[in-house]
Amino acid sequence: MIAKKDLEHMGWLARLELSEEDKEKYTPKLNSVLDYFGELDEVDTEGVEPTYHILPMNNVFREDEVNVPAKPLTQEEALSNAPKKQDGFFKAPRMM
Amino acid sequence: MATINELNERIHAGSSEEIVAEYLERIDSSKLNAFITVAKENALARAKEIDSEGHEGSLAGIPVAIKDNISTKGILTTCASKILTGYVPPYDAHVIERLKEAGAVIIGKTNMDEFAMGTSTETSFYGPTRNPWDTDRVPGGSSGGSAAAVAGSEVPLALGSDTGGSVRCPASFCGVVGLKPTYGVISRYGLISYANSLEQIGPFATTVRDVATLFDVIAGYDARDSTSVDKEVNYSSALKNDVSGLKIGVPEEYFGEGTDENVEKTVWNAIHTLEDLGATRVEVKMPHTKYALSAYYIIAMSEASSNLARFDGMRYGLRTEDSDWHTTFSQVRAAGFGDEVKRRILLGTYALSAGYHDKYYLKALKVRTLIKQDFELAFKDADVLIAPTMPYPAFKLGEKIDDPLSLYLADVDTVPINLAGVPSISVPCGFSHELPIGMQVIGKHFDEATILRTAYTFEENTDFHTREPEGF
Repeated sequence: MIAKKDLEHMGWLARLELSEEDKEKYTPKLNSVLDYFGELDEVDTEGVEPTYHILPMNNVFREDEVNVPAKPLTQEEALSNAPKKQDGFFKAPRMM
Repeated sequence: MATINELNERIHAGSSEEIVAEYLERIDSSKLNAFITVAKENALARAKEIDSEGHEGSLAGIPVAIKDNISTKGILTTCASKILTGYVPPYDAHVIERLKEAGAVIIGKTNMDEFAMGTSTETSFYGPTRNPWDTDRVPGGSSGGSAAAVAGSEVPLALGSDTGGSVRCPASFCGVVGLKPTYGVISRYGLISYANSLEQIGPFATTVRDVATLFDVIAGYDARDSTSVDKEVNYSSALKNDVSGLKIGVPEEYFGEGTDENVEKTVWNAIHTLEDLGATRVEVKMPHTKYALSAYYIIAMSEASSNLARFDGMRYGLRTEDSDWHTTFSQVRAAGFGDEVKRRILLGTYALSAGYHDKYYLKALKVRTLIKQDFELAFKDADVLIAPTMPYPAFKLGEKIDDPLSLYLADVDTVPINLAGVPSISVPCGFSHELPIGMQVIGKHFDEATILRTAYTFEENTDFHTREPEGF
């Protein structure tokens, strides 16, 4: 069961501000989904390996060169969508 | 509804510009809300260019619509979310590069559930898309705009993405053909990630042949996606009107509780049609199917909580008033994401958090192994599996949106396919009260050729795909 304080903790971990109304609204819905997920407890997975990826994953190496495999964005392109920028940088909010 | 062949004839006799203009007009006067952005100027200019310079590509001058989670250079790409307000990608996705090389004309970006999280296209920040067969009903989701646009003759071809059924579900609800390829066959470079171990881009069209043509264009190796698989295949050449000797497995687990009686009957009729054409039926058992839904949602939400961490208002999209570092990001995300996206991020964070990781995330990954093994076992005896795509035809707008769990349950027959990474195609196989029903033909890893041949043979011997919604 997710309690209100769990939800607040998840909100903090996920950097997602939750209003009081959100917390009221989400708690029963999230709990009904979690209840449903509880059915997995029935499955015997003793000795079963987890599947993270469906196909064998191999490390893909590339040459240590610019433009391989993708041509990088120019600074102008990279900044083209930034809501706030200054002197060719993304402008972040203050740390404290 | 027009096929690529029919449009090619018209382009040769007249012009691509004329055809593109016709589709633009239909989009303009439409009530479906299938598009978020219509790339009118770009599309007309490109069509004109192809008319005057000529183009040898297999889609020369043909309009294609793109789901709005696929990056298109210079064209607004929003994922149907407020958080990507104003975002114009500075690069093209691999599939868009391929389409452009083939001469296709990108006509616009289609509506979807926000970040592809949904089964009805109702969670879009830009309002729901409507189903052309009954505009009070949903088109399915999450690629609902793409499917509705094809079904409503607003475009002949479209791309969607399928994480847990998001191409096949709307194909089924809108009565068109939709393919979810084997994981790794199409590069995800430029697809905005939701659940990266599950999702694939997939084509929509009104016929299996057109789906195969579009698939031939967009499939292939791309070094920029580390999960891309290097295999050259010609899918169009697989289209033969022949299923003699084909072994069909019909897993009874896919006709479970909650399956509409007419859907069950219609899919069985389709299976009997294929038997009459020379296929045989073999017994298969897939005992872990029941647990696929929970495993899928835990994995998808966990991956989503990580993938969507990038949306913080720094590099693109919405930015609220600045405060300190953490508060600013928390407020941008609170203002930018809709309820369903927030719920999935929260549950995904929960499933990955200390104390719950093993109970939920790791457990789901182990169940995924068992589901994968179900498929491996079934494919020892069967060449293809056939099942309903969706347990019922399109439901009404608003019917399920307030109850997330009931909406998740609609995905019961589509999610196991993504967990196993196998390919599946949904084709129209009948109607219930004037609403289309889709059946899915599921194949072995990289055996798209056999499911395309099965779907093509069914289509060649039936006429469900030729019916059009009234007034469209």
